[in-house]
Formats: sequence, C-alpha cells, structure tokens
Amino acid sequence: MEQFLQQLVNGISLGSIYALIALGYTMVYGIINLINFAHGDIYMIGAYVGFALTTFFHMGFVPALLLSMLVCAILGIIVEKVAYKPVRNSTRIAALITAISVSLFLEYGTMYFVKAETRTFPNVLPDVSIKLFNGVIINIRDLYIIAITILLMVVLQYIIHRTKVGKAMRAVSLDREAAQLMGVSVDKTISYTFAIGSSLAGAAGVLVGVYYNSIDPLMGMMPGIKAFVAAVLGGIGIIPGAMIGGFFLGITETMVSAYGSSLYKDAVAFAILIIVLLIKPNGLLGKNVKEKV
Amino acid sequence: MHKKLSLVLVFAMVFSLIAGCSAKGSSNKAVNDEGGTIKVGLDYELTGNVATYGQGLTEGIELAVEEINNDGGIFGKKIELVKTDNKSDSAEAANVATKLATRDKVVAILGPATSGNTKGASPVAMQNKVPLISASATADDITVDSNGKVRDYIFKTCFSDSFQGVIMANFAFDDLKAKNAAVLVDSTSDYSKGLDKNFKEKFKDLGGAVVTEQAYQAKDKDFRAVLTNIKGANPDVIYLPGYYEEVGLIVKQARELGLDVPILGGDGYDSPKLAEIAGKSVLNNVYFTNHYTSKDTSPEVVKFKEAFNKKYNKEPDAFNALGYDMAKLFADALKRAGEPDREKLKEALESTKDFKGVTGTLSIDKNHNPVKSITILELKDGEQTFVKKQEP
Repeated sequence: MEQFLQQLVNGISLGSIYALIALGYTMVYGIINLINFAHGDIYMIGAYVGFALTTFFHMGFVPALLLSMLVCAILGIIVEKVAYKPVRNSTRIAALITAISVSLFLEYGTMYFVKAETRTFPNVLPDVSIKLFNGVIINIRDLYIIAITILLMVVLQYIIHRTKVGKAMRAVSLDREAAQLMGVSVDKTISYTFAIGSSLAGAAGVLVGVYYNSIDPLMGMMPGIKAFVAAVLGGIGIIPGAMIGGFFLGITETMVSAYGSSLYKDAVAFAILIIVLLIKPNGLLGKNVKEKV
Repeated sequence: MHKKLSLVLVFAMVFSLIAGCSAKGSSNKAVNDEGGTIKVGLDYELTGNVATYGQGLTEGIELAVEEINNDGGIFGKKIELVKTDNKSDSAEAANVATKLATRDKVVAILGPATSGNTKGASPVAMQNKVPLISASATADDITVDSNGKVRDYIFKTCFSDSFQGVIMANFAFDDLKAKNAAVLVDSTSDYSKGLDKNFKEKFKDLGGAVVTEQAYQAKDKDFRAVLTNIKGANPDVIYLPGYYEEVGLIVKQARELGLDVPILGGDGYDSPKLAEIAGKSVLNNVYFTNHYTSKDTSPEVVKFKEAFNKKYNKEPDAFNALGYDMAKLFADALKRAGEPDREKLKEALESTKDFKGVTGTLSIDKNHNPVKSITILELKDGEQTFVKKQEP
C-alpha cells in the first residue's frame, strides 16, 4: 500500500509536468487548429533563458520565470509572423510541415549556440523532501509545479472566457471570416494566442529545468510529444482536458514502470492513447462536434 | 542544347566519381609523412552527451604530444594531431574515422571514448588497416569479435567491463558486507549492460542475491517509479552502471526518496558534471571503479599531475590520465616500430610489455587488451576519495 501511494505521488508529479506543457499546446490548437510542434522547443528555449538569467545574472526564481515567459512570448509571436502566417491559408499539411521545420530549426539552432552538453541550474528553489503519512515522500518542488500548473490553468480559463481578448480568440476559433467582419483583428488575436501559449511553454521550461536540474537543446522533443498526447487524451482544445490528460499519462507511465516493466512504459502509454481515442475520439473531455463542411 | 549539356555534365560527374575512388584505392596503405610531421588522427566526442569524456582524453593526449615534441619528436619528426569531432554519435565516429584514414592518411587513430562509438569506428579502421587505439572503451567485445577472433587493428588501453563488474561484486560482498543487491541498468547502453551482467554473475557466485532488476533508458529524466520499486525490495546496495548524466539524476532522486543504501558503479561516474547534476550534498556513500585517481602518490602520477596543472591549471581526472597514457604508449610503440608505418606500428603495439604509465603498468595481451590494475573510489560530498587499488 505504501509503495502504491508513493507511486501515485510519483505519477502525479510527473503528470503535472506534462500538464504544464500541454496547456499551451492545447490552447494554440483550440484557437487556430494548428498543431504547433515547435511548442516543445519554445519550452526548451524558456529553460535556457531561465538558466542564463539565474546563472549569469544571478536573478531569483520568480523574476527569472517572468522574464523568460516574456522572452518566449516574443519568440512565439516572431515564429508565428515569420513561419505560420504565410501558410495560414494553405493546406493543413503545409502548416504541419512548417511547424516541424520550425521545431528542428529551433533545436539545432540552439545547439549551435549553446553546444550539445547538459547544463545545470543553480539552486534557486528550496529542495526539501516532505514526509507524508506511511513514509510516502513528496518533494516541495512537486508541490510548486502542481500549484503553478493549476494556477496557470485557472488564469488561462479566465482569459479565454472572461476577457475581451478571450472573446476575440473564441470568435476567431469559431469562424475566422465572420469574426473579421465583426471587427475582430484576426492577426492581432492570433499573435496574442501565440504570445500566451509560448509564455506558458517558457514557464514550463524554467520549472522543469529547476526541477530536474539538467537541460539540453533536445530536451523539448520527448516532453513535446508527451504533452501533445496528454492534450489529445484530454480532448485537444479544451483547457481542463490538458490537465486531466497530463495527470492520466503521468500516472499511467508510473504505474506501468511500477507493476510492469519500465522498458515498456512508453509503449503502454501510447497503446492506452490509441484505446482511449478508439472509444472516445474527441478525448476524455471532448464533446462530439461535427466537422464543418 | 540543354539536354546535350546535361549529358556531358553527367558524364563528367560519373567520371570524377570513379577517378576519386581509384585514387583512394591506390593510396590506401600509404601514410602521409611529408612536411616533416607524423600525422595522428583523433576521433573524439568533443560535443554531444558524453562530451566531457572526449574533451578530457584530448587534453591528456595534447599534453603527452607536447612533451614528446619538446623532446625532439620521433625519428626527428614532430607529431601532428588531426582533431575531429564525432558529436558523441557512432555513425559520425565512423565518418570521421574514414576521413582520417583516407584523406588525412594518419598513421593511427586514437579514440573514440565510449564503447558504442568505438564499435562504430572500428570497421573503418579494419578496412583501411590503420591501428585504432581506444583509451576508454571498456566493452569486452571491442578488440575481439563475437566468434572470439581478434580484430587485428583494434587496441585498447583500459580494463574491460567484465573486470569492473567482477571487482565491484567482490567489493560489495567482502568490503560492504552486502547480501542483497538491486541492479538498475541503462537498457540502451552496451556498457551498462556489460557491467551489469558481470556484476550479477559474480555476486551470485559469491553467495549474494540480486533482489530486483530494474531498467531505464538514456535521456530519461524521471526515475522515481523504478527507484520506488527498488526501495520496496529493500536491498543492501544498488549497482548502477551508467553515464554521469543519468546517474546524477538517479542518485539525486534516490536520495530524495529516502533510499540511502550505497550506490555502486563504474568509470562512467568520473565527470565533474556528476556533482553538478546531483548536487554535492547527495553524493555520499557512492563507490565506483576507475582507472586512476589523482590522490595516488606514485612518482609517475605526481609528475603527471604537476605537468597537467601547469598546462591546464586544474587537477587531471581519469580521462586526462588515460589520454596521456595512450599517447605515450603510442609514441613508445612507434619508436619500437622503427618507422611510421601502420603495419609495423600494429606489430609493435602487440608486443607492448610492462609499459609504465600513470594509470598503472600495462602489458597488451593476445586479445589486444591491457593487463593492468583497477582503483576503487568513494564519493564523499561529491569529492573523490581513494579506497583501494586492486591488481588483476
């Protein structure tokens, strides 16, 4: 029992990292129906910006987090303007290929500048293990990640459902041309979407960098895919779905490692994804929306 | 018009290809020793995920070559190093080995650092009949193929994985009095699996039990699920053969989960990055087998430390020492060969006997492996301390 509870805690803390990255993923998809493969790499750049700020400029955790969110927001806008906007009205496959190219460009471009070796963060967050009942142990950093993920999710929900920008985003996502006719600036709204989505990725990068204390230029690849899976699992485009998908994936992986074999954890996690999608094609929280013709 | 032109171009291209091939073929064996230097190729991990190994070895080699050249070189010629980067990738290791063997026409290739990359480069060395010496590829099957046949042109100057695993099993059982061991292996690494296999066999032979076997994959970041399993099995020691990137994260997460038993490993722990990733305060009760320690007080080591300190202004680690020894051994063999010829160099390397190096006295056996001693080190607050030296 004790071991099971510990594994559950392990799974939740791993899942909260996936959820954190999945939030931005799902948001960009929800608004402009683009699978932004570069999301995982903006996450990586966020981690490097955070690393530079804390290591070379000796900033504290919170200012480094905010500044790296800002840098990533700007980067997100630039990526959208340079790479995605010109193909916005082309086929979806063109947009997808562009997204993959941007992802590879960011990975290997960064590798050129910072070298491929692993870097380590300075100690900016307290590193304390808390003993819960029965000897189950949770690190204070896990609590930070879970709290920040939930906070960001609430903020995101608020922005989308309660603010003017959010209303514009929802309008654009529903019908781009009609929104434009009603006086919504589509370009501006999409820029906002990318800014917010990328700043979430930046926040995730700094948090994960501090959490595992090891960053490298290819660190965005696997979490990017996992977060995408989490977003799809929860129902892509739905913000609480990203959260639930993330936790679901994290707990599944951990339980497979715990009671099966750690070598097959990815295989099993992705098999579950396929099964969920067969039963509920729109994800766990997805509603059955008919495709517009 | 255009068609004709392109036809001509195609012919020109095909012809140049053929010409290129035959030119390469005819000068296959020739060694480039014009211009008064003897060219030696370095095929190392200068970037990528095991970059510190390659960089460390290169520093050691450069120091040794500087000393040799200052003493007048060999046959009155200076040694010239042709440095290449294999990006910690085995396909790239083969590519740069080809370049060194055919274009630069080096007399020998030194490197790569890891077993996987050395296996990538060695077919190229065999094909071009150029001696390849690795100072740190510890896999058992580097110099001998799966049929037990010796690979003629491949040498190594470090001990084998089987030896590391066996010594650690002895140490765990006799010195740490452990009866139950857990093993945690990198399932993507030949090195990790090789150490693990030999540790388990020896530990069971001695009367110990392996209570749980867990695995991870290189580049994983979260190991708490497997570590919780290990904790549940209640072992006396954990054998964790692997490279510093993952080992650093694993030790850190193990200690966070309250898993305080000794953690044992191999020479992959020897990198300053290990302490950076794990944090100095968690690196306690960690033991590993290694080639060398700077705490050794033998005259060779002291002299080497001084020279290294003067050139790089830091303490040499095992990779520095291995690189240094290998370059010195290479020079020694080249002198005995009498001329910079690949075939004669190979024969000279084969007959190496009682070469006195920084990492111990070594002789090359009939399988092209060295016979030499091994050092066991303990990490205390991230600092390496000497435990004992084991003769073969």
